[in-house]
Amino acid sequence: MIRLEKRPTPSKMWTYLTPIVAVLLTMIAGGLMFAALGKNPVEAIRTIFYDPLFNEQFAAYSRPQLLVKAAPLILIAIGLSLGFRAGVWNIGAEGQYIIGAVVGGGVGLAFYPSGSPLIFPLMIVAGGIGGWAWAMIPGLLRVWFNTSEILVSLLLVYVAEQILASMSLGLMRNPEGGGFPGSRNFQQWDAVANVELIPGTGMHWGVVAAFLAVIGAYVLLAKHVLGYQIRLTGAAPRAARFAGVSPSRLILTCMGISGALAGLAGLFELTGPAGQISIDFNSGYGFTAIIVAFLGRLHPVGILLAGLLMALTYIGGELAQFMLSVPAAAIQAFQGMLLFFLLAVDVLTNYRIRLARTDTKTGAA
Amino acid sequence: MAGISLELLLAALMVAATPILLAAIGETVVEKSGVLNLGVEGMMITGAICGFAVAVETGSPTLGFLGAALGGAVLSLIFAFLTQVLLSNQVATGLALTLFGLGFSALIGQSYAGVKPPPTGDIDFGPLSDIPFIGPVVFSHDIMVYVGILATAAVWAFLRYTRAGLILKAVGESHDAAHALGYKVVRIRILAIAFGGAMAGLGGAYISLVRVPQWTEGMTAGAGWIALALVVFGAWKPWRVLIGAWLFGGITVLQLNLQAAGIAVPVELLSMSPYLVTILVLVIMSADKRRAALNAPASLGRVFHATS
Repeated sequence: MIRLEKRPTPSKMWTYLTPIVAVLLTMIAGGLMFAALGKNPVEAIRTIFYDPLFNEQFAAYSRPQLLVKAAPLILIAIGLSLGFRAGVWNIGAEGQYIIGAVVGGGVGLAFYPSGSPLIFPLMIVAGGIGGWAWAMIPGLLRVWFNTSEILVSLLLVYVAEQILASMSLGLMRNPEGGGFPGSRNFQQWDAVANVELIPGTGMHWGVVAAFLAVIGAYVLLAKHVLGYQIRLTGAAPRAARFAGVSPSRLILTCMGISGALAGLAGLFELTGPAGQISIDFNSGYGFTAIIVAFLGRLHPVGILLAGLLMALTYIGGELAQFMLSVPAAAIQAFQGMLLFFLLAVDVLTNYRIRLARTDTKTGAA
Repeated sequence: MAGISLELLLAALMVAATPILLAAIGETVVEKSGVLNLGVEGMMITGAICGFAVAVETGSPTLGFLGAALGGAVLSLIFAFLTQVLLSNQVATGLALTLFGLGFSALIGQSYAGVKPPPTGDIDFGPLSDIPFIGPVVFSHDIMVYVGILATAAVWAFLRYTRAGLILKAVGESHDAAHALGYKVVRIRILAIAFGGAMAGLGGAYISLVRVPQWTEGMTAGAGWIALALVVFGAWKPWRVLIGAWLFGGITVLQLNLQAAGIAVPVELLSMSPYLVTILVLVIMSADKRRAALNAPASLGRVFHATS
């Protein structure tokens, strides 16, 4: 009979090992899935995890893509992780990402075609505020009415998608676009184009912001009183309240930071890789970032690594789609599997597994 | 408002309410046992594709619905294993279920895009369906509409009048006390989760086999989340969940009708209305803190680890 015994404190070793074990298990299960799809599992896994980085033919294109894809994931996941640590579940980052892009983009378009260098910073601020405001809706409803922030933030994703559709078909449609849906292309507007800062690296302002967020979150958690409050609330909510932490303020702060970062991610994506507001502007980064946050153990450095790994599965997935005609959906299932395995092996962090024969224990509690 | 007949509206409402009703009734049982499964959306979409695939391959909608229930239940057992045996966080695991379900269903569904499923016929009530007004509204639907209502009644009776229902509620209110009394907390919860998965699967299949009826990726479009909100709206009481489902069905049908009628309101605003109304209702229901706390199962979402 296998018994679980709660560890007094989470195991340090397993905290670091579980993400690695989870990735390995996902590779095995994913390989089985690819085999079931009639693909060579070894080849598929190699195409996803190895070829984008080291294949001579593809690496030149794929490597810069790594930072491009990882940046929004890391930026969003950093914000989410602060809330998750404190038991504040913002799962609507996808919506905040959209609204950040729409608000930031809207502010920019209001000044079109000005060439002022101030517009891009202004758009960044507007994007952050847009995401922040969208996250404040579930935050304030939670604080005022005790409404589940999980459900509200998620439902607002669907509302944001409708706003996005409305904007790209109406208000923000490119007047010179020949009636096609979608806004002007920000990439073709030099004053605001979020271009590659160092050629050949994929490094754009969003990547810079993501790195800054990692450092900021690290310092916040290690040194700042807010970081202490977040960690305390996560570990012992009642103790935190006695210690003078205001739950309402903490909820609003966590929701606000995560919303603002998601909004920023949306704005950088809009002015960079995406280029324009269109109906299919959002591509699920807000949801994948949830996996990134957990895979990174809600720790800033972990999230940095997890973001890069998850970006790799995106790029490798595209490659596998192209090379082996593995369906795009397989990658999504693959990413979901990763979170499953992570949560499953996490039991080892918090519990010790004991093989105990129940009959030898005579009722000892 | 001209051109929208109340009779057709009410008839369509019953159909529109069915998927979220089925899923929400299942989730009510799950939450009554003290488990918060946020994976309803993932189980619904999995049910949608499993039901669709089975129905297309066998030509039988009945087998399709059975396959959907099975698919949803199997997926929910992953959640059950992770949260009940490996003691993982229920919120995170529920989300994982949804993310995985969306990807997995898209994967299976690839070869089914554009396929037409076998039609699910309406039940023949004979002369009853000829009654003016009541006939078309109440007695002109397919079997799943009535299954939804019967399931509501069954769950209500189960929770209220049976010993098993009482034990289930005890587990949800205080798993430690229930455990001390000798009830198998984990086993009961796993059964409840599987039931919730099967019901969500049925709800999903109703969307792909009857409401739409065809397969597209992500076609549940938040129905699972609305079902979760319905449980809160219904204060964990089956009949109130039913009323909530009809209310949301009504709003969905009304906004679709208004879109079709070309009324001078932006289409996007109408399309987002079901979500906005859901949020509004959630706010109203949770605003009264005392009542909300009274109705919610006390052990909801808490990890149970038997120490002895």
